[in-house]
Amino acid sequence: MLIVNSLREAFRLLLAVDREILEIAWLSLRVSGTATVISVLLGMPAGVFLALARFPGKAFIIGLVNTGMGLPPVVVGLTVSLLFWRAGPMGFLGIMYTPAVMVLAQVLIALPIVAGLSLAAIQQLSPGLRLQALSLGASRLQTVFLLVREARLPMLAAIMAGFGGVISEVGSVMMVGGNIKGHTRVLTTAMVLETRMGRFEMALALGILLLAMSFTVNAILTSVQQRGARRWTGG
Amino acid sequence: MKLRKVMPAIGIILAFMMLATAGCPRREVERTELILATTTSTADSGLLDVLNPAFEERHPFTVKTIAVGTGEALRLGEQKEADVLLVHARRLEDQFMAAGHGARRLDVMYNDFVIVGPPGDPAGIRGMTAPGPALARVAERQALFASRGDNSGTHVRENSLWQAAGVTPAGAWYISTGQGMGDTLRISSEKQAYTLTDRSTYLAQKDRLELEIMVQGDPGLLNPYGVIEVQGAKNVEGAQAFADFITSPEGQRIIAEFGKDRFGQPLFFPLVHR
Repeated sequence: MLIVNSLREAFRLLLAVDREILEIAWLSLRVSGTATVISVLLGMPAGVFLALARFPGKAFIIGLVNTGMGLPPVVVGLTVSLLFWRAGPMGFLGIMYTPAVMVLAQVLIALPIVAGLSLAAIQQLSPGLRLQALSLGASRLQTVFLLVREARLPMLAAIMAGFGGVISEVGSVMMVGGNIKGHTRVLTTAMVLETRMGRFEMALALGILLLAMSFTVNAILTSVQQRGARRWTGG
Repeated sequence: MKLRKVMPAIGIILAFMMLATAGCPRREVERTELILATTTSTADSGLLDVLNPAFEERHPFTVKTIAVGTGEALRLGEQKEADVLLVHARRLEDQFMAAGHGARRLDVMYNDFVIVGPPGDPAGIRGMTAPGPALARVAERQALFASRGDNSGTHVRENSLWQAAGVTPAGAWYISTGQGMGDTLRISSEKQAYTLTDRSTYLAQKDRLELEIMVQGDPGLLNPYGVIEVQGAKNVEGAQAFADFITSPEGQRIIAEFGKDRFGQPLFFPLVHR
């Protein structure tokens, strides 16, 4: 059967550890990792602010963020391309088809996910907690830190969702990166290419590698998260 | 609006719909699906949007087109996932037939490849006819060249042209995109690189590209397409009918006419009935 043979061949290819595959995997990790870090640095404060601040139009902004959580990567890819192509308004930067613009596109995908889930993480806390902290004489900044600490488990989930969203997407990196061998080819775009060439074993091998990488990153984050959760189960 | 008020309107609409369909006889023939695996160039050009309906009008088959690279199309045939193939990589097609995967292979049509490049022509190859010396000069001057790098019919041809030129392309000037023709043209235009393209895809996108035709007209740039009936396919009958149809006078006429209205010149040239 094709799937059995492909799987067997895929594992053989993985064990052979090809230098080109490693470079592709490393670029995937670098691009999506950087995009996730930037999204966390911007998205978490934004989510916390949206949860705690009161201002006109707040519901509308939250609606936008929540919609952004389902932003199709192809839409992001097209928009970024139109901006950064040589004829586009940002074309003078000359970063089209480079890892830099891939990071930018992935930030646009991960940012709303991180912001939206951070927002929900803070909002699910009991409103009494905030009042209690304030009444016990905590400053506003101290209160914010307290709330973030209380919400750290769902906050970590927000990071994982952001990373999971970008490491696995193919639509935007294909369009803005161009899948150029040795420069902008990442695991997902390489998989599309291998599939198109009819090399299903190689595509499958890359897919297994991608899942393994995703799993490792999430396992690290989860262990941090569950250390925090153990308090609740008394373990 | 109250539901009761809308009901009569709905009733009237339904009555009209019944009247309108009353004259139509029920479809007697059971339509079977026919899976055609073909290259992006034939699908993107729009040729199949004209060919398939004409075929379906005469035969009780519904064509489902899967547009992929020639490599994957042949692989799909090997797995008998597709009934019939329309591809353009003669060497791979012959291997496919030799391995016993195909029941019949027929020539269908051809178009041609051209080498396009930036208007500034940094390698100085504009107006050359022979692709070999042109590519050798691109390599010598290390001018940027974008390759499909996807084992497609176009990529296979590009490789054999490099081989004929006695050059093994490698280095920072040689960009392998791993994408379809349209995307590769776009990347070439952005990076101001040379590339090998089929004429039809280039013509279809020309307005949005900063690329001009540099090299054309050599017999070595002809690009013949073949149709292959897959051996032991699910729909053998449909595959035969499809292959017969596109090589018939009518199919060949459709091919010869296609593209004249939009581009002022045909995109494909029939190989059987000229």
